[in-house]
Amino acid sequence: MADISIRDVRKVYGKDEVIHGVNLAIHNGEFIVILGPSGCGKSTLLRMIAGLEDISGGEIAIAGTVVNDLEPRERGCAMVFQNYALYPHMTVGGNIGYALKVAGVKRAERDAKVRAVARSVGLEEFIDRKPGQLSGGQRQRVAMARAIIREPKVFLFDEPLSNLDAKLRVQMRHEIRRIHNRIGATSVFVTHDQHEGMTLADRMVIMNKGTIDQVGTPEEVYNRPATTYVAGFIGSPAMNFLSGEVRAGESAVALADGSRIALTPAAARAFDGRLVQIGLRPEALALCAPGEGALRARFDFYEEMGSDGLHHLMVEDVPLSVLSAHKQRMPEGQEVGVTVPPEVVHLFDVESGQRLEAGPGAVATIKRMEHAE
Amino acid sequence: MRRAYFKNNWIAAALVLPQLLIIFVFFYWPTSQAVFWSLTFEQPWGGGNDWAGLHHFRELLSDSLYWQSVRVSLVYAAGTTVLGMGLALILALFVDRQLRGYRQYRVGMIWPYAVAAPAIGLAFRYIFNPTAGVMAYVNQVWDGIWDPILTGWHAMAMIVIAGAWKNIAYNFIFFLAGLQSIPRSLIEASAMDGSGVMRRMRDIQLPLLTPTFFFILVINITDSFTDSFGIVDTMTNGGPARATNLMVYKIYVDGFEGQNYSSAAAQSVILMVLVILLTFVQFRYIERRVHYS
Repeated sequence: MADISIRDVRKVYGKDEVIHGVNLAIHNGEFIVILGPSGCGKSTLLRMIAGLEDISGGEIAIAGTVVNDLEPRERGCAMVFQNYALYPHMTVGGNIGYALKVAGVKRAERDAKVRAVARSVGLEEFIDRKPGQLSGGQRQRVAMARAIIREPKVFLFDEPLSNLDAKLRVQMRHEIRRIHNRIGATSVFVTHDQHEGMTLADRMVIMNKGTIDQVGTPEEVYNRPATTYVAGFIGSPAMNFLSGEVRAGESAVALADGSRIALTPAAARAFDGRLVQIGLRPEALALCAPGEGALRARFDFYEEMGSDGLHHLMVEDVPLSVLSAHKQRMPEGQEVGVTVPPEVVHLFDVESGQRLEAGPGAVATIKRMEHAE
Repeated sequence: MRRAYFKNNWIAAALVLPQLLIIFVFFYWPTSQAVFWSLTFEQPWGGGNDWAGLHHFRELLSDSLYWQSVRVSLVYAAGTTVLGMGLALILALFVDRQLRGYRQYRVGMIWPYAVAAPAIGLAFRYIFNPTAGVMAYVNQVWDGIWDPILTGWHAMAMIVIAGAWKNIAYNFIFFLAGLQSIPRSLIEASAMDGSGVMRRMRDIQLPLLTPTFFFILVINITDSFTDSFGIVDTMTNGGPARATNLMVYKIYVDGFEGQNYSSAAAQSVILMVLVILLTFVQFRYIERRVHYS
């Protein structure tokens, strides 16, 4: 059990700085998901916690001990790798028990422990097989068991589910969460898959080009994205963006085409005259008759999503999507209106991309809209 | 896997023919000639031969000088293989730890293998010359400590070192390639599991290197029996007192200097059988311990 403190950590390869002074406090027993696209530095950060990469600047402390100069084995972390990294010449039991063998645990004790851990992940009958004879999901379990048996203070996961097919991925996701709840070790999980992040995390860390854009619970990140980057990254289908200027007098944002999107009066007052980006989640919008609603749009095309329909529209030359259970197929180019409730509007500064918020509750926190119609 | 077949067999035959021709002219024909000669009395200047049966083999196997040659050959083979493979493995393990510029280094390391054996022999003859070479300085400090001209095992050590040096380059390339093909994440996983550098080599890298190791072993042993002539010829001429009279060198001396073609042929047949046997033993007993992933 341990908290992890990351203070102004940098990573430099040659002349390229890939992580630019990151700060993060991870609490004891927490499940943290670091989310970001490939190349954002999330794996590098994880590997620095593990001790597989040198820390170019700053400090990482685990359970109060600065670990910058400690070997991986001295940090009390266990790691599950993306490609599982099982030892191909050892049996499943040999893989799981390797850490204990290195630690000099006696054979009988080791075997008993291996058996118990293998049973806990449903691998008992495969204990004498080689990894090459196992399926992807089973290999994943071996990798998990190998981490569990060490009873680590910290669990590190480097995209462990990305090699599995979709169904198995969901199943293993549940299993990872269950194991976390049972063991209670601090977990850090790196992924580029927002669904994995949303469903697993106690708190999410959204990384972008070597910096942390936002840290928060999945709900916070979804409801109050800190930057346009986070807003566009989290949520599926992705958030729509329009640009305009805040007019306090009209309590609205004026768009280039002359239409107005109503704001809460507090927000309008606070940012009067600012050029802003407006973020609108597809699921918070609804279609209406042409001429009604805040936005005028032309129908572009329709995507069937099963429970909902995704309606792709064009506002002038900006694409806008509306997710709704009220499915409407229309001919291309037909005029439609879009209703925009004031409390679903996210405002971002045009230049910095930072969220604009006039005090707590100024932009009302919305719950995941249930098929706004 | 889908396999392609030739519709017309003669096309296939035509494609294989050049290779078959080369193997026939340079292997099967000389080999069968050697077998034939070993069973006859071959006259040095031609002019027919008489059937001898197994006379030459019986003579060789009861000749203590021949057994002595087999003994020194085995010592040489074991020496060059262990030394050549051991040093190559150590070098490869070092290079695998991501030294800067290892690509250039790797290219540089292969060159010794491209040097012909007599050239290596000449270079080492100078290095190990007790009166004129590098070792002469050592002799000046400790008088007479190094004398391959008179001391048999000094001469043997000398040709073992030269032979090993030639093979180290080749072995190194294969060991390094084998080490590099071990996924980095396995090494990292074992580091997370708590094993240090040496433990990692023993538990992860070396077991996964066994296919390479086995291949190199077969090549090295075969090579040390058949490709050692140039080194012996330039460095020791088989001496002193036959201490380095390897089988392959004895074949040359008996055949081309002693003009005893039939005995030389019988010796080359025995050497061939010995190499075949050793290779068979390696595949039969050592390959079972190889892990092919």
